[in-house]
Amino acid sequence: MITVKDLTKRYARNTAVDHISFEVAKGQIVGFLGPNGAGKTTTMRMLTGFLSPTSGGATVAGYDVLEQPLEVKKRIGYLPETPPLYPEMETGEYLTFVGQLKGLRGAELRRRVDYVCDRCAVADVKNKLLGKLSKGYRQRVGLAQAVIHNPDVLILDEPTAGLDPKQINETRDLIKSLGGDHTIILSTHILPEVEQTCEQVLIINKGKLVATDSVHNLQNRARGAESVLVEVSGRDGNLDFVAVQRRLEQVAGVSRVVAKQRQENRNSFEVESRKGFVRGDLARAVVESGWDLNELRPTAMSLEEIFLQLTGTDTAAKEEEVAVTGASK
Amino acid sequence: MRNILIIWRKELRSYFSSPIAYLLLTMFALIFGFFFWNSLGYFVLMGMESQMRGQMMPMNLNEMVIRPLLSNVGVVGLFFIPMITMRLFAEEKRSGTIELLATSPIRDIEVIIGKWLAALSLYACMLLVAAVNFAFLFKYGKPDWKPLLIGYLGLLLQAGALLAIGTFISTLTKNQIIAGAATFGICLLLWVLEWVSGYETSTWAQVLAYMSIITHFESFAKGVLDSKDAIFYVTVIFLGLFFTARSMESLRWRS
Repeated sequence: MITVKDLTKRYARNTAVDHISFEVAKGQIVGFLGPNGAGKTTTMRMLTGFLSPTSGGATVAGYDVLEQPLEVKKRIGYLPETPPLYPEMETGEYLTFVGQLKGLRGAELRRRVDYVCDRCAVADVKNKLLGKLSKGYRQRVGLAQAVIHNPDVLILDEPTAGLDPKQINETRDLIKSLGGDHTIILSTHILPEVEQTCEQVLIINKGKLVATDSVHNLQNRARGAESVLVEVSGRDGNLDFVAVQRRLEQVAGVSRVVAKQRQENRNSFEVESRKGFVRGDLARAVVESGWDLNELRPTAMSLEEIFLQLTGTDTAAKEEEVAVTGASK
Repeated sequence: MRNILIIWRKELRSYFSSPIAYLLLTMFALIFGFFFWNSLGYFVLMGMESQMRGQMMPMNLNEMVIRPLLSNVGVVGLFFIPMITMRLFAEEKRSGTIELLATSPIRDIEVIIGKWLAALSLYACMLLVAAVNFAFLFKYGKPDWKPLLIGYLGLLLQAGALLAIGTFISTLTKNQIIAGAATFGICLLLWVLEWVSGYETSTWAQVLAYMSIITHFESFAKGVLDSKDAIFYVTVIFLGLFFTARSMESLRWRS
């Protein structure tokens, strides 16, 4: 549906997007992930025809964005970072205007306006001025505007930015429900969003594509070795820390035991092991030695850690965490 | 064509759903009403004087009322035009709605012409306000209506040229005030360029005077349709809209 080849955008002093290539199949929801200023918005703007690439190109639904921009624009619905709303217009009036711009008319136009109002839950503010709407409604009107002409491709730039948690959930569900009929690219720097809504992830950093894979594969890739968090406490009020660590190390399959937290009577350890299930053995080892097992849970590497690992940013504390899990591979 | 109409309707709507259109129309009605009252008062005085002297002076409404009034409208227009055009693109760029227009299946030139036509329509509404005053002349006197019509055509052409320049300037900035101030400066300059012809006769002075937007209106105010002057205005309109299109195109390369 979307093919991007060597797409590059260079400004006077910096390169915003540097030879990016990827493909998106029909009906997929793709998450475009990267820290602020990584080039997400620029890439999206080039796909929608708002910006022209310096070199390279892209096709959307078989049409080249440079050669046939009007054909591409007919097939794309775009929600920019700030919804493009005219504060002096009413919601219904605005959606009608956008529908006309996109080439709808007559009964079809009225039908689509009603439909998107319903679908995006903005029907109750149809006669309100856009300038008076809350952030959540503005975002949804923006989404309604993007889908009004039933485009093949939806490009959403940070669709959940600035919303409250309830609105974020609603917006995510809405985007997921649109996924069946539309191919969607959405950009975000919020990781759980990608984990929840997208099937495919493109990670971009400093204008370069650093990873492209399915969410499932990325998580698996990071979970090459198993890592388990074990919290142990002593029955009689004191616990021999070193004894516990030694006992855990003796369990078959365990490669490393790292002390994570050490308090009076509670100790937690991160136990790394080869792939396979050592959790049963760990539990037995603790209980049979006469200690209490408070917690035992596998620690999968979240997308967040993968992300940091690939982009190499953020705070030192997080980097350290990544280093630990990275070493366990 | 259909797309131009969509943009035209939207722009007119936003003029009239904000105070700007009403403010401009009211101010214009006040200023023009004052001019009209003044020149009519002068005309009546002249008429009485000629009666008292007992000798009939030729009294002509077209020459003595309509012609100076039309020239005045042209000058007043210079002050109003920046206020009409300053928001056209600057506001879209500031609020980000330009992204909607630029990513819709519609050509840049259709957006530009739609916006320019809407600005011209608002100016035409101002001229309609002036027409209310002129209507009194027709009720109580017998002026020739053809020169008035040609004068109106001249005003529309003159405004069209200045509006095209203002539209272009509006694409250069996100700030309405800057767009307005720059347009006002250029309008004023194009008006006073004509003054050089008062003391200079070199080729340069002639060229400068020719570029003045006001000199080309004189024939229209007289009621003469001179193709030379009409072509001047049409050329400026084309140039202005052409530069606007280039400027919009360049947005895709900068950001």
